[in-house]
Amino acid sequence: MKKFFIYAIAIVAAIMTFTPFLWMLSASFMPTGAANTYPPKLFPDQIDFSHYKNLFTRLNLTRYLINSTIISLGVTAFSLLLNSMAGYAFAKFRFKKKKSLFQFLLSSMIIPGQVTMLPVFLILKNMGLINTYWAILVPAMASIFGIFLIRQYAFSIPDSLIEAAKMDGATELQVYLKVILPLCKPILVTLGLFTFMGTWNDFLWPLIVMTDMNMYTLPVALSNLMSEHVQDTELMMAGSVITILPVLIVFLALQKYYIKGIMMGSVKE
Amino acid sequence: MKSNTKFSALILFLGPSLVVIFVFFFLPVIAAFMMSFTDFDIYSLGNLNYLRFVGLNNYEKLLNDPLFWKALKNTFYFVIVGGPLSVATSLGAAILLNSKLIKYKGIFRLVYFLPVVTTLVAVSIVWRYFYHPRFGMLNYILGFLGLGPFDWLGDPNLSMPAIIILAVWKNFGYNMIIFIAGLQNISEDLYEAASIEGATAWQQFRHITIPQLAPTTLFISVITMIGYFQLFAEPYVMTQGGPLNSTLSIVLYMYQEGFRWWNIGYSTAIAFALFVIILIGTLIQFRLQKESE
Repeated sequence: MKKFFIYAIAIVAAIMTFTPFLWMLSASFMPTGAANTYPPKLFPDQIDFSHYKNLFTRLNLTRYLINSTIISLGVTAFSLLLNSMAGYAFAKFRFKKKKSLFQFLLSSMIIPGQVTMLPVFLILKNMGLINTYWAILVPAMASIFGIFLIRQYAFSIPDSLIEAAKMDGATELQVYLKVILPLCKPILVTLGLFTFMGTWNDFLWPLIVMTDMNMYTLPVALSNLMSEHVQDTELMMAGSVITILPVLIVFLALQKYYIKGIMMGSVKE
Repeated sequence: MKSNTKFSALILFLGPSLVVIFVFFFLPVIAAFMMSFTDFDIYSLGNLNYLRFVGLNNYEKLLNDPLFWKALKNTFYFVIVGGPLSVATSLGAAILLNSKLIKYKGIFRLVYFLPVVTTLVAVSIVWRYFYHPRFGMLNYILGFLGLGPFDWLGDPNLSMPAIIILAVWKNFGYNMIIFIAGLQNISEDLYEAASIEGATAWQQFRHITIPQLAPTTLFISVITMIGYFQLFAEPYVMTQGGPLNSTLSIVLYMYQEGFRWWNIGYSTAIAFALFVIILIGTLIQFRLQKESE
């Protein structure tokens, strides 16, 4: 009896969680107007691909998909490199004020990102980077959270490995490339996944720095599309499916790493 | 005695990221703080000579700005109602999935987690249609229970609850994962001892689970609160802050003032107000936690 109850709750909750996705997918295949009927349909009477076709031909979605992909991959690549170098240095290098410098960085994480947005916009504007990929790439190249995550992980690497490599004549850079990076692979996947998905899903910053339609990322394009096509429910659902699908696939492929990242991020010092 | 790392290596490894963080984080924080004491607007954007120092004017204006108070009130509504609701939902889901009676945990966990990883703008759009007063799925379902129809996004009394429901749906999976780990860290012995002494399930929950989870709950409450104070995309996409400004949030107001009207000085003052509020909120949570120990 108790078991039945628990299953009932779990299944109802799962249905409630999943229904918006199901409806989104289903409505995206309905002919124009079919999603605006009463009672609402959960499944299309006939499959209609025209909204997807429209998005990619008439509405330039290919361009936004490319923008989002380049930006997300670019941010991930740059920030993995810079954060892993800094995280490793904070874990293993010996220098004065290391601990207080790191504590200072950590404590500054309480400052919400919105505070910096106007000045960063003005800096990028002066550099002529507004409406270029760099407007998103450059400020995101290093993050305190990323450095923190790598540092936590790099602590677990035994000093003896590093010392041994140095005995063999390896420079700091060689140690990093040949010893540290391979050992840090799991955390790099985790951080890369967080960064990729975070950048892909981000809305406020791309909305601010990409004012030229050709530079829109998918979320910005989608939000803009809605202002003109708010009545085209089916078209908007198709756009949502395409925006969500890439992150969903990446997540499903690497979910183990994502869950680990949540756990690491929530471990206190 | 181990020697310090060479300076050249420090430059190579820490230089790039510290430069980025300094130029695009610390410097802008300082700049924003200074700008909040100026009348930086669209004219100064063209010619910096128009820029004037105005002391506390922006902050004074803020205190007398009914729209700011409205945004503040709405944001607090979202944080104070939506935050605990999110945390409670996460805890409920975690307890459910931690139960020994349930199988296929992996699948349930995956389904509950899906909203977390999806694009907020996209799901906000989906929910916008989901909330449609005539054709929306939600009103249709509620109709079976004899409720509604509700004009979710058109009624100023329902617009914020609608955004809260979306936010809880979108976010509960994340904290659920952290709660599950917290629950697994609680020793089985405690529950066994309690059931031997005849404690009911509720008593066990109240006197073992809740106190044992306290550090996890504090962490979750703080990150949820910080995140919820930054409410933006949901109202931007679903309601543009309406109807009657009932979903205007602090960040949405800051965005409108700064990036739509280019009242940069005023906008940075709003951003700093947000920072101070988040800071105070965090301190209060830590204090409450300490007192309850």
